[in-house]
Amino acid sequence: MSSQLQQRVRTHKEALDAHVREIVAWHFDPSTGCPFWLDFAARAGWDPRREITRYEDLDRFGFFEDEWLRGGPVRQWVPKGLAHLPTYIFETGGSTGVPKARIQMNDFRTDYEQFSHTLPAEAFPQGADWLMVGPSGPRRLRLAVEHLAQYRGGICFMVDLDPRWVVKLIKWGEFEMAERYKQHVVDQALTLLKAHDNIQCMFTTPKLLEALCEKVNLRKLGIKGIFCGGTEMTPQFHRFAVEELLDGIYFAPTYGNTLMGLATHKAPAPEDDWAIIYYPPAPRAVLEVVDPAEPTRLVPYGGTGRVRLTTLTKETFIPRFLERDECEREAPCEQYPWDGVRNVRPFAKLGSNVVVGVY
Amino acid sequence: MRHLPILRQGRPYYSADRARAIHHRTKEPFVEISQANTGLIRRDFLQKEAVANRLSGFSSEELIRLCAAAAGHFADATLPLGEGEQSPQDYVEATSATTGLPYNMVRRNQAKIQGVLANMAGVLRGLTRNLDLSILDRGHGEASGTVVSYFRRTDSLGVVLPSNSPGVHSLWAPAFALKTPLVLKPGGQEPWTPYRMIQSLIRAGAPPEAFSYYPTDHAGAGEILRRCGRGMVFGDVSTTRVWARDPRIEVHGPGWSKVVIGDDMADRWPEFIDVMAASIAENSGRSCVNASGVWTPRHGRAIAEALAAKLAAIQPRAASDPEAAIAPFADPTVAHRMNQMIDGLLAEPGAIDLSGAAGRGPRLAEQDGCSYLLPTIVWCDSPSHPAANKEFLFPYASVVEAPTSAMPGILGPTLVCTAITEDRGLQQRLLAAPHIGRLNFGPIKTIQIVWDQPHEGNLFEHLYARRAFQALPEFATA
Repeated sequence: MSSQLQQRVRTHKEALDAHVREIVAWHFDPSTGCPFWLDFAARAGWDPRREITRYEDLDRFGFFEDEWLRGGPVRQWVPKGLAHLPTYIFETGGSTGVPKARIQMNDFRTDYEQFSHTLPAEAFPQGADWLMVGPSGPRRLRLAVEHLAQYRGGICFMVDLDPRWVVKLIKWGEFEMAERYKQHVVDQALTLLKAHDNIQCMFTTPKLLEALCEKVNLRKLGIKGIFCGGTEMTPQFHRFAVEELLDGIYFAPTYGNTLMGLATHKAPAPEDDWAIIYYPPAPRAVLEVVDPAEPTRLVPYGGTGRVRLTTLTKETFIPRFLERDECEREAPCEQYPWDGVRNVRPFAKLGSNVVVGVY
Repeated sequence: MRHLPILRQGRPYYSADRARAIHHRTKEPFVEISQANTGLIRRDFLQKEAVANRLSGFSSEELIRLCAAAAGHFADATLPLGEGEQSPQDYVEATSATTGLPYNMVRRNQAKIQGVLANMAGVLRGLTRNLDLSILDRGHGEASGTVVSYFRRTDSLGVVLPSNSPGVHSLWAPAFALKTPLVLKPGGQEPWTPYRMIQSLIRAGAPPEAFSYYPTDHAGAGEILRRCGRGMVFGDVSTTRVWARDPRIEVHGPGWSKVVIGDDMADRWPEFIDVMAASIAENSGRSCVNASGVWTPRHGRAIAEALAAKLAAIQPRAASDPEAAIAPFADPTVAHRMNQMIDGLLAEPGAIDLSGAAGRGPRLAEQDGCSYLLPTIVWCDSPSHPAANKEFLFPYASVVEAPTSAMPGILGPTLVCTAITEDRGLQQRLLAAPHIGRLNFGPIKTIQIVWDQPHEGNLFEHLYARRAFQALPEFATA
């Protein structure tokens, strides 16, 4: 790492520590914090505002538990300081059972506006219309992608896919029906693409992108940029999409979820061998790669471990959440002077019962 | 490290996603295998009709000749392997490295495949009941004085393959001679044999685009079977269950093959011990045609003790030892789990592992970094004991006493049944049993396969169907 980059990493870390102090002060102030965290502090017997002074101190909270986000009361997460704003509830992806949920007011807009600045203007032209083909419904993607389009001066067309239905079809062994449902989604997308000349940008999932490209050449239909995410993407999918599906269309793979926001990808380089490298939207969210057996310990750069998320916005405070993903730890780079993640994939030790990547 | 590519209609493709197979002894990565993503497989399928048409341009006679030439290449030639080459000895050593099979067993399987390729005309005669194969070239003709017409049901045969033993690849080989392009998903530990068979056929002059080879994950395997008009899948019950009711897919699950002794022959059991032992233990018990049960109306305990004593002599040896008769598990955790499972079955009263007392030693043996499960003969006092009708990937058999009057119903699904009896009544009942795939009358080893006698479905009937056909003479010119 160059000395210049080392200096930028240090500067970023100082900013992150300051951001942590600001966010903790907000969430644990009785006039602005949410009932969940105020109650937590009351029972913990220590005042986070006094004792959390830097990012590492967040370890004191222990691990944020998945179950806390399932079920109600959902208003326990609404910060008093933001209670006057319209509140959205967004649910996590394609799993069944009681979904995890996160309340938001403006975070999705902020995240996608930040992301918008990473998109090249020639591939995602100002004023171009968008087509969103993927999971909408209770998910953040629906409003987020639409906001992204609007932020860039466009109008967003929508085709929905319900991943929970797809998961059920697959669990039942109804592969034929799952395929027909996918074709139903693809057919709707193609109808819109053919009917509206100004659609030049798309959001879709890896599987739907493949299915669309089996039917048409998207570039010939006027698409210039594709923002792709929602499920796991492997290096081979990355290569396959660029070399065989897209015919020169700009490809922006992303890693995101309702709890974190949106991680942007590092521009592909030959030495990366098609690895997909993401950097989180720091300081609003931090991704770390930890030893699965000892999740307070980071693995070395290049090492494999479990993804640990910390979300730090005024709307949401989620310290030390262990994701259901694993990956390699990526060093800071010029564009992003903080840790990134490489080749995110389902966490192998969680077993094979998780149905992923079906849409 | 060696790297096996995907073959996309014969064209090597090096994927950015790679799996590794380890050496069974050193546990070091031995080979990297390019992994096909599902979208890539789907995309290649867009060309399947053109590929099928290309293969249709060859006559059956030409394809049989190509198979015969390929047989020689498979056995003797140095053939392409990714960016390098593979000699016959390299093939034996590589297959042994990742599967654990000793060299002598790999060579026996190699000879079996060579035999099927060399004798493809005979194999097809058996599969087609001696049909004049030029009828497949023309689409119609005359057989035994009757006008017949056959059409191919599919543009490709998708095969999801296992890793247990290379001999299994002889089952799909006739599809090529039946003008059907192949889409193969090799087993994770045995990528070598199908790759080498494909290279042999290409060297012989087969069109490369007739062969797709996609190492892939579970989703990719499912995609292959869904996209191909016809398929074959190998695996355990949990793997194959989802395809069991799909008529497009031929399911090759556990064999539960058995040796059955009739009332008339039970007192002569010592004469048949060698056949029983070989049925259980040859090829390290890894084939679905290995016997996992011996069913007899009496003398069960004595038979079990004699088998246990005979098979106790099988002990671990080096992979290169010509006398090696047992293969270690490539993944030692599988051996440990299987051993625990058997202990669990034996915990229920009424069954006993007699091999320990017969001199075998512990069932689970560790030697030179390898984990073995040594031959295990279990005496069960009842056909309903949970250990009585089980099959494992090593020489395991239960010996069960049951009245022949209850046979064959009591046997359950049985891929190969060697019935040692001259009792006409029992023979007739066995002949009528729909749950027996292959039936041997007399002391024939269950693993002794005659290739013109297909079991688990007839590949020709799987790939072709007959249609009604009439033509006026002046119109029947094709």
